[in-house]
Amino acid sequence: MEVRVANVRKEFDRFPALNDVSLDIRSGELIALLGPSGSGKTTLLRLIAGLEMPTAGKIFFGDTDASEKTVQERNIGFVFQHYALFRHMTILENISFGLKVRPRSTRPPAGEIRRRALELLDLVQLSGLEKRYPNQLSGGQRQRVALARALAIEPGVLLLDEPFGALDAQVRRELRKWLREIHDRTGHTTVFVTHDQEEALELSDRLCVMSQGKIEQVGSPDEVYDHPTSPFVFGFIGDSSELPVTIENGEVWVGGRAIGIPAHDTPAGAARLYFRPHDVDLIEADASMAGVVTASRRVGGTRRVELEVGGDGHKVEIDLPFDHPAGEKTRLSFRPKRWKLFPAA
Amino acid sequence: MATKLRARRHRRVSPTSESRPVQWALIGISLLFMGVILVLPLYAVFHEAFAKGIGAFMAALVEPDAQAAIRLTLLVAAIAVPLNVVFGLAASWAIAKFEFKGKAFLITLIDLPFSVSPVISGLVYVLLFGAGSFLGPWLKSYGIEVLFALPGIVLATIFVTFPFVARELIPLMQDQGTGDEEAALSLGANGWQTFWRVTLPNIKWGLLYGVLLCNARAMGEFGAVAVVSGKIRGQTTTIPLQVEMLYNEYNATAAFALASLLALLALVTLVLKSVLEWRFGDELAAAER
Repeated sequence: MEVRVANVRKEFDRFPALNDVSLDIRSGELIALLGPSGSGKTTLLRLIAGLEMPTAGKIFFGDTDASEKTVQERNIGFVFQHYALFRHMTILENISFGLKVRPRSTRPPAGEIRRRALELLDLVQLSGLEKRYPNQLSGGQRQRVALARALAIEPGVLLLDEPFGALDAQVRRELRKWLREIHDRTGHTTVFVTHDQEEALELSDRLCVMSQGKIEQVGSPDEVYDHPTSPFVFGFIGDSSELPVTIENGEVWVGGRAIGIPAHDTPAGAARLYFRPHDVDLIEADASMAGVVTASRRVGGTRRVELEVGGDGHKVEIDLPFDHPAGEKTRLSFRPKRWKLFPAA
Repeated sequence: MATKLRARRHRRVSPTSESRPVQWALIGISLLFMGVILVLPLYAVFHEAFAKGIGAFMAALVEPDAQAAIRLTLLVAAIAVPLNVVFGLAASWAIAKFEFKGKAFLITLIDLPFSVSPVISGLVYVLLFGAGSFLGPWLKSYGIEVLFALPGIVLATIFVTFPFVARELIPLMQDQGTGDEEAALSLGANGWQTFWRVTLPNIKWGLLYGVLLCNARAMGEFGAVAVVSGKIRGQTTTIPLQVEMLYNEYNATAAFALASLLALLALVTLVLKSVLEWRFGDELAAAER
């Protein structure tokens, strides 16, 4: 089902958590809401769910206005960061809860409910654990039960609030792959909230980067990574290095010399240069950035070198293969292969 | 070599634990204190109750006035405790799950009966429903007696015992938060289903614990009830009042026989409370913070 968020504003005690946010979620896609804490991503998810009501604006499910509907009427599946499994019910009872509480007219017969719950338990690869209680399962298993429980009501939209936030790194990676598989098989329109950019980049069809109650950029993971539209997105997604520069004569200048980067579209004056530490060429030419090595450490297969550039004490980081001979030098010249210029703040 | 070993052994004791003599002294003082203040009186109650043999003990219990006092005590508890369960649930639900103005004030109000002398709580009802009040004569014109009758006793008991359930549930429900309820609602459950199938099962042991304490206090309450009951023998005397009246008439055996019932109730409550704490300590722990 398509979900359309139209000019939504949300205030808590007059403190704005979301400011005029609009977002179109396509049917069947897996979209990530990504941002630092306090960016409003969870609030947006809870507004879609109906667990919060917007101060202004509307939310559409398909063509129908869902803004005034209660959470029960919206038919959504919600997965919580801390699972929120019913601790006094067995796994099977947890999964069948949503079907058992339906009014008699729409409730499937008991046998059918049981059959469907067992089927879902199989889907989340936990067959045989139906008689256990939540506290007898590991965190990863609990979250899978929570997902099966949410899927049991055949929701129009699946909403996940930091679903892997409480799990350790190893389990996170496994569940990430597994969630992608489940999504490809069931095809639910899925929105998930995360502050983990790696998770968002790997898992989602599209991602929506948020900051301070606003949407910064929406796009495919590659688009957002390769063409960030704001300094915030450049800094938040992936590693980045930033340097204050001057634009003169259609060229970028650092510390009083041109570094061989054209800047025809940027107005003259102060600007900020962003590039990825791994996306640089080491060159010995006049038109390059030169820096004094202030720190160098090996991180797995690469060596991260910190350079002081331009004489004003500004530091940038670049990555070299860990066994590159330049790693021994005290002075390096380089030029970014790809970069982005933003006006000075 | 030997001293070295001993030194090492000493070091194994945790730095916060005291030396042996201090430990024994502290344990000794506590035991002595408990013995004098708690165990001796308890022994005295049962000793006095059975001083003239088991026959006299039984006779004191089956005596009509004693039977009436027992019935009244049970009746008062049977009305006051369920009402306080409903009130306690409603209050703790409101406090733990919603934000509203005057919340802190409500919490303070719930604690009021703990800080007010029971006699005062009784007197409040005398002022409210007494002959000189507005409400008393008006209700009387409809044939409803509050003071010196069952309604007054029940009201005073409810007032004195109403913090028990709420006090137990508020921290427990605050600790559990609203996650489970949100999950139930998102799965399509309505408010009523959410309460019966999710909220209530989550708090049942805490609730039982509160009911236990509430009941013990309801049956044992003396001060507030004494003021509003009028002490009409066989009609408005509860067990604690009956005990006092018998004692004042130098009928020690009968007084202590009835008192032993209350002592027994206390012991049973204590055992059940310990069982609950031992079995469901984790769930109750939130309430003890």
